[in-house]
Amino acid sequence: MKYVDEYRSEEIAQRLVEEIDRLAKSMPFKIMEVCGGHTHTIFKHGIEDLLPRNIDLVHGPGCPVCVIPMGRVDDAIAIARLPGVIFTTFGDMMRVPGSQGSLLDAKAEGADIRFVYSPLDAFKLAKTNPDNQVIFYAIGFETTAPSTALTLLRAKAENVRNFSVFCNHVTIIPAIKAILDSPDLRLDGFLGPGHVSTVIGLRPYTFIARQHRKPVVISGFEPLDIIQSVYMVVKQLTEERAEVENQYTRVVRPEGSPKGLEVMAQTMKLRPTFEWRGLGFISHSSLMLRPEFADWDAELRYEVPGVRVADPKACQCGEVLKGVIKPWECKVFGTACTPETPIGTCMVSPEGACAAYFNYGRFSLAKERDKLNLMPVSK
Amino acid sequence: MTKYEAGIAGALDKIERVRQVRRHKYYLRDEHITLSHGSGGKATQNLIEGVLRSGFSNPVLDQLDDSAVFVVDGFPEAGPQQRVAFTTDTYVVSPLFFPGGDIGKLAVHGTINDLAMVGAEPLHLSAAFILEEGFPIDDLRKIVESMAEATSTAGVTIVTGDTKVVERGKADKLFINTAGVGVVRHPWMISQMQAQAGDKVLLSGPVGDHGIAIMMAREALDIEVDIESDTAPLHAMVASLLQAVGEAVHCLKDPTRGGIATTLNEIAVASEVAIALDERAIPVRMEVRGVCEILGLDPLTIANEGKLLAIVAPETAGAALETIRSHPLGREAAIVGEVCAEPAAMVFLRTDIGGTRVLDMLVGDPLPRIC
Repeated sequence: MKYVDEYRSEEIAQRLVEEIDRLAKSMPFKIMEVCGGHTHTIFKHGIEDLLPRNIDLVHGPGCPVCVIPMGRVDDAIAIARLPGVIFTTFGDMMRVPGSQGSLLDAKAEGADIRFVYSPLDAFKLAKTNPDNQVIFYAIGFETTAPSTALTLLRAKAENVRNFSVFCNHVTIIPAIKAILDSPDLRLDGFLGPGHVSTVIGLRPYTFIARQHRKPVVISGFEPLDIIQSVYMVVKQLTEERAEVENQYTRVVRPEGSPKGLEVMAQTMKLRPTFEWRGLGFISHSSLMLRPEFADWDAELRYEVPGVRVADPKACQCGEVLKGVIKPWECKVFGTACTPETPIGTCMVSPEGACAAYFNYGRFSLAKERDKLNLMPVSK
Repeated sequence: MTKYEAGIAGALDKIERVRQVRRHKYYLRDEHITLSHGSGGKATQNLIEGVLRSGFSNPVLDQLDDSAVFVVDGFPEAGPQQRVAFTTDTYVVSPLFFPGGDIGKLAVHGTINDLAMVGAEPLHLSAAFILEEGFPIDDLRKIVESMAEATSTAGVTIVTGDTKVVERGKADKLFINTAGVGVVRHPWMISQMQAQAGDKVLLSGPVGDHGIAIMMAREALDIEVDIESDTAPLHAMVASLLQAVGEAVHCLKDPTRGGIATTLNEIAVASEVAIALDERAIPVRMEVRGVCEILGLDPLTIANEGKLLAIVAPETAGAALETIRSHPLGREAAIVGEVCAEPAAMVFLRTDIGGTRVLDMLVGDPLPRIC
C-alpha cells in the first residue's frame, strides 16, 4: 500500500538497526518516546525486539486517555447521567475507570453515552437531536484540540445551543518539563511527538536541547520513522550534540500550523493548573474554554462533583509515565490490573505503556530472559 | 542475579501465573452486562465461563466447539461413523441490509458454517424471528427471500421456525435465531482442542471484510470505499478438504467476532499449544488495510463471515492449500503460520518489519452488533 509499505521494509529496518548498534557501541541509552502513538507502533511492530539491547525505550506520558485523572472521569459520568443528555466521546475513553466505574458501566446502567470519531460527529448529533443536550468529552493534546476548536466556532456561528464541550485538552510541553525536572529520572534523549508538532512546530522543544542538553527528534509513526529517529538520537548522543531535529519532515513544518494555533487561541486558554493521572498537578498544562464560549462550556453549564480522587494506592501509573519503572515492575501489573480490569489508565488504552506491554511485550520479556540465561519460570 | 534480571524474571513469572490462572478460571466481576460481553473476545469468554457453563456444564457442551457433536441412539448407523452435529446462533446485526448481504443471509451462512467447522454436512435449519412492532413487512419479505435463496444454494432446508412480536422500542427492528443439524460422517474429532505442534495454519482468504463493510455501512465516516461482507457458506470447501486430506484436518474455525487473533488464541488455549503467524503471509484486501490504517484498527481482530482457518498436519499442508485454492471462495488462500509446542496458549506474530510480538485476543469491543 502506498505511503505505508515503504515505511515498513524489513531490509531497511535491519540496516538502520545495524547502524544504531555500530554507533552506540554497547553504551546504554535510555530514550523516551513521549507520544502514545509511538508506543503503539513500537509494540505493534515488535520494534523493541529489533533494537540492540543497550537501547532502552521508555514509554512516556503522551497517551491522552492515560493522563485523565479519576475525578474528571467521575465528572463526565455525572454529566452523562443527567436526563436528556447524549454524552459523546472517543472509544478509548469509554473503558477508563473512575472511582465508581467507567463510562461503559454508566452506559450499561442506562446513560445515553455514544462514541464518536470526531467532535464534528457530536455536533451533527446535536443538530439531529434538538431536544437533547449533546456533550462532547474533549480529550487529547494539541493534535485534537484544533478540531474541538473548529467545532466550537461552528457551534457559535450557527448558534447551536444544545451542544457543549467538556474540555480536557492537555498540552505536551509542561508534561515534558515536569518529567525533566523529576529528580529520579535518567533519560538521554527524546522522540518528540509527530502529530502534536504538526500543530505546535519545533520551537517549543528548544528548551530541552538548550537547557537540559538532551537531544529531541520529532518522529513519524511508521516503524521505519521510529527506528530512524532512534538512530538520529543515538547519533546526536555519540557526537555529543543536543538539538531539536525533525525526522517527520513529510508532515511537520518547523513553524507548525499557524491556523490550528489560531483557532485554539480563539476558543481556549490555559487553565491555571490541571491534574495529570500519575504525575499530579502541573500548572498551565491544560486548556479551558474562553469566557466567550461559556454557553458551550459543559463545566459551567452543569453541576459536576469536581472532586479530586486519589489514584488507587497500588497503582504506579505515575512512575511508569515518568519512566522511573517499567510497566512490569508495578506491583499490580498483570495480576490485579489487566486490560479487562484496569486499575490504572496506562492499562486501558492500547497506547498506554502497560496495556502495550501486557498485549505485545511478553515476547520481548521472554527473549530477555533467554539472553540472560535465566531459568524458565515454573510451569 | 542483578536487580534488572530479577525484574525480568519476576515480570515473566507474574505473566506466566496470570496465563495459568486464566486457562482454568475466568473472572466475571461485572454486575451488569456491557457491550464488551458481546464482543466475542475475553469478556464474552468470561461471561460463558462465569455464568453459562457453570449452569449447563456437561461433556458435550464442555468441548465448546462451534457445534455440539454426539451419537443419537437408535439411528440406523449410530456410532462414530454417523454422529449428529447441532448448533444455534442469534443474529442482531445493524444495519439489517449491508453491502454483500443482509441479516437473513448471515443467519443462514453462520449456522451452516458452525456445522461445517466440526466437519459436519449441514442438513436442516430452524429460523426464529423476533420482530419489533412497526417493522415493514416488505423488509421481512426481502429478508425471507434472501434466506430462501441462501438455503437452496447451500443445499439445506429450513424445516421449523417461530415468530414473536414485541412492542415498539423493546427490540431493534428484527433479530433472528437459527439452529442447525448436520451429520458427521467420519470417525475422528475435528475440534479446537486438536491442534498439534508442527501443524500448519491455513487461511482461506483475506481477513476483515465483513467487520469493515458493516462499519462503513453504519458509521458516517465519510470514507468512500468499496468493501462487501464476505458472508458465505463454507461447508462445500470443508467437504472437499476432508475428502482430499481426511484425518490430517485437526481443527477448523471460521474466525467471526474478534477476528483471526481471537480465534487462534482460543485454539492455542484449548489445544495447549503456541501458534506462530507470519504477518506478511496473511492476506488483507488493500481497502480493508486502508480503513484499518486510518481508524487505527488491526485487521487481525476484525470479523469475517466467510473465511476458514484450517489447522492440518504438516505433510498434507500443500495438498490442503491446493484443495482450498481450487474452491471459488478460497482462491487467495495461504499458509499463514504454524503450531509450536511452547509457550503453550499463546499466539505470536512475526511482524511486517521482522519484529515479533504477542497477538492477543480482542479486549473490549470496537464495534458492537456486527452479526
